[in-house]
Amino acid sequence: MSDVTLTRRHIVTGTAGLLAASGLTSLLPGPEARAAVKPLTVGFIYVGPKNDYGWNQAHAVAAKKIARLEGVKLIEQENVPETVEVEKVMEGMIRHDGAKAVFATSFGYWPNVLKLAPKHPDVLFVHIGALWKEGDPKNTIGYRGYMEEPHYLCGVAAGHATRTGKIGFIGSKPLYFIFNNANGFILGARAVNPSITCQVVITGDWNNPVREAEVTNSLIDQGVDVIVANVDSAKVVVENAERRGIGTCGYHTDVSELAPKGFLTGAEWNWAAGAQFVKAWQTGGSYPNLLRGGFRQDMVAISPFGRSVSAEVRSKILKIRQGFIDDTFKLYQGPLKDNEGNVILKEGQVIANDDNKFKLAVNFLVEGAIGKTGLKK
Amino acid sequence: MPPATDLGWWGVVIAVLGGAARVSTPYLFVSLGETLTEKSGRVNLGLEGTLVMGAMSAYAVAYLSGSPWLGVLVAGAAGAAFGLLHGGVSTLPRVNDIAVGIALFLLGTGLAFYLGKPFIEPVAPRLPHVALGAWSASPQIRAALEVNALFVVGAVLAPLLLWGLGHTRWGLVVRTAGDNADAAKALGYSVGAVRTLSTMAGGFLAGVGGSFLSLYYPGTWNEGLSSGQGLMAIALVIFARWNPIHCFWVSLLFGGATALGPALQSVGIASNYYLYGAAPYVLTLILLIASSSPRHALAGAPSELTISK
Amino acid sequence: MLARSGAETAAISAAALLGALVLFGAFVALRGLSPLEVYAALFLGAFGTWFSIEQTLTQAAPLMLTGLCTALPARAGLLVIGGEGALVVGGVATVLVGATLAGWPPPLAVALMCMTGALAGGLWIGAAGALRHWRGVNETICTLLLNYIAIAVMNHLVTGPIRDFAQVLKPASWSIGERLMIGELPGTSVHWGLAFGVVACLLTWGLMRHTTFGFAVDILGGNVRAAQMAGLPIGAMVLATCFVGGAAAGLAGTIEIVAVHGFASSSLVVGYGYAGILVAFLARQNPLAVVFVAILLGGISASGGLLQRRFGLPDAATLVLRGLLFVAVLAGNTLYGRFKIFRPPAA
Repeated sequence: MSDVTLTRRHIVTGTAGLLAASGLTSLLPGPEARAAVKPLTVGFIYVGPKNDYGWNQAHAVAAKKIARLEGVKLIEQENVPETVEVEKVMEGMIRHDGAKAVFATSFGYWPNVLKLAPKHPDVLFVHIGALWKEGDPKNTIGYRGYMEEPHYLCGVAAGHATRTGKIGFIGSKPLYFIFNNANGFILGARAVNPSITCQVVITGDWNNPVREAEVTNSLIDQGVDVIVANVDSAKVVVENAERRGIGTCGYHTDVSELAPKGFLTGAEWNWAAGAQFVKAWQTGGSYPNLLRGGFRQDMVAISPFGRSVSAEVRSKILKIRQGFIDDTFKLYQGPLKDNEGNVILKEGQVIANDDNKFKLAVNFLVEGAIGKTGLKK
Repeated sequence: MPPATDLGWWGVVIAVLGGAARVSTPYLFVSLGETLTEKSGRVNLGLEGTLVMGAMSAYAVAYLSGSPWLGVLVAGAAGAAFGLLHGGVSTLPRVNDIAVGIALFLLGTGLAFYLGKPFIEPVAPRLPHVALGAWSASPQIRAALEVNALFVVGAVLAPLLLWGLGHTRWGLVVRTAGDNADAAKALGYSVGAVRTLSTMAGGFLAGVGGSFLSLYYPGTWNEGLSSGQGLMAIALVIFARWNPIHCFWVSLLFGGATALGPALQSVGIASNYYLYGAAPYVLTLILLIASSSPRHALAGAPSELTISK
Repeated sequence: MLARSGAETAAISAAALLGALVLFGAFVALRGLSPLEVYAALFLGAFGTWFSIEQTLTQAAPLMLTGLCTALPARAGLLVIGGEGALVVGGVATVLVGATLAGWPPPLAVALMCMTGALAGGLWIGAAGALRHWRGVNETICTLLLNYIAIAVMNHLVTGPIRDFAQVLKPASWSIGERLMIGELPGTSVHWGLAFGVVACLLTWGLMRHTTFGFAVDILGGNVRAAQMAGLPIGAMVLATCFVGGAAAGLAGTIEIVAVHGFASSSLVVGYGYAGILVAFLARQNPLAVVFVAILLGGISASGGLLQRRFGLPDAATLVLRGLLFVAVLAGNTLYGRFKIFRPPAA
């Protein structure tokens, strides 16, 4: 975790208020005395509906956990676009509702967070991209799981499940983290069988059910028999794949119940680390400004295995997961070529699992992928 | 299911044909409904809202009751209610029916989003399908010919509506109200009532079209479910020349156009996906321009229609 | 007479607003909420504090410009709903030009970008006007389709041909650079778009109210035959109103670039164009009224957040309120001329 910068909070006003509040409450008798924590209003901002069975819901689940912390009051606002509106929403939460911590749960909110944080030093701004760098405001946090790790495990499951040797990855937007996940998925599958190929298809929208369903059907018509979808909610893809009798992996949250026959496993976030930031902010403790982590830091997870995954495959997957936890297994290792034949890693070259810089610059698809990133090399 | 064999470019053709059947049904129902409404001399631009409302209410009712067909019925009823609202408000003097349509488009989607929040996650029972491809050994062809019962209903409804409009008494009344309001009045019919009933019937069909989206294909409810199918279906009516049979064919064409992009992508054509995605809209616009005429009203257009004046 | 018709408009509009609020109150009451508390929150979120007002004005700024996009062609009898697409086209054009202006003095560069955005939006909707006049293509459906096409083309451009690959947040175009961005109105947190919106509305109001052109357009909007008999250049008027309306929406796109984002991306597509249709109808196509209606609707949007946070209402609650308001206002149209007190004494 070389890139995690720990900083102490030293905001005079905030600390003074905290001391006053805790000093006062400890003098009071009754239940208030036990509640020696500062009451704190936490605002969550979602880019879509908070119960979308996908990305936003994964955050809403974390929000519920945070709401259970002592002294914490949760306020939420959904469908907030990545425009000047999100700034106004954050400010509204601060001014109208007295929020002292704001979770901005869409990647594109980051510039707005950076703009607002210096104006409100007594408010903690938490963003779900890992974009914080030295020099950015100390009252901002970026945190995000290494999603390619659970995708690798999904890929292993897919590699065992496929009979045609063709698997499919459906992405929403052509962004580095989407391709990073695709690479994890493909590397996992090809670790099982190096002749497997993976169609990588970008739908162009975070949420477009008709196109997602059409892509799913078209991929199946081309012989693809395991699909994972990186869109806002995997529900449409998983259900349509199940109807046509092929295997699927989930994304964001546990969608296993949607596909009792074909579900293998899924890549899930664990955003619960947000609770530790809130606690630290509440008590004046320290917190990291940048927190990235995979299985090792318990920031990602896999869904419960589907029926069709054999005990043998399960234990194999769990063993690799242990490798991630122990940091003995590295996802990107040489020799590695991209799908245009360019050498990405030479023999013996290994990328650390927490090499944030490498992962933020994934502009290639690994060998075995059929598709293009469209990103500049 | 046996593993699918590699079909390559034939797979694209099959996917487009299958997509035509899968995607066309909402277009078909909305366009048939709008044809009926427009034949009576009204335009209901609010059918996009009706479609979304139908999708949501169908999904909610199917989930709560366990019966998808009950969901379809409620979707139709919700559509008819919106039609009644549209017809009622548009009947008032000095109220523009197109503007009312836009208002109901906003209200319908807003209401559906508002009421639909609890139904995004649950799984509702799905409408049954007819396996027209059972004869084939190819899983692709079998899947492409897996046709939903509502599609069949729509396919039967199109000639029925054509016949009904042309050869029945109520068809004549609707057409008279649409072509010459004064003549309809002279015959003793209330033009407002005829048009409102036609708008209700059209709304019913659009609501049913929405239920197809949520209960069959793509078979889910969320706020991005419709990407303007209800609006495009209204454009479709114009170059189907208010002929229900043409509506059927043009709906298939739109379905195929929607399926083209994903089908090309699945064979590895990775670029320009946004442009393929715009294909149905570009196609509509081109056909609209080609089929319009500056000098005279379009053949088949009801002459009382604000949209063709 | 003018005062009387103004009073009539004000009275009927207020009645429609009241009717919509009552319906909305009944609607939230179904959820077990107190309508009065919800109204109070609506007011607080929209106009209750200086911050609320700033938020409302920020929301209102683009709506004034997209409102004109529907209002002006409507004066000539056309129903244009292409504000969303014109805004996107204006935004993309702004970036294409703005990205080449790195060395220019900012005021000049911003002026040039504004003209580019307005020109692009104007041509976009103007094309729909031309198709309407010379080809008989229905302008409502045409502009609607143009919205989808504009968005698709913009998405295509920002994911490839004009993509800034250093931008990791989302597929986004080249940036015009911090130097060319205009910030907020002095002493406020409201961006300059508000000033552009108000000025555009005033100018077009003057155009429609005090020029022969405006008078001729109103004749055309009232009765095509009368305009034909009077020998008015109908084609030119249709084109001009569509062009100016589209230019306003295109300028809204420019504002999004130069005052908010600095680049084009799918964040340009957030429904300002569709909200503009509502603004135009509520304002009864009067450019001056557009200013106030945009502020009213901006207030509804601004207070939507408070409804979510205080009452747990879904975000769609504001969409419902907007829809109810729209229907109420249209139904209210039927009331014009029905009340004696608003009639001129001579009549």
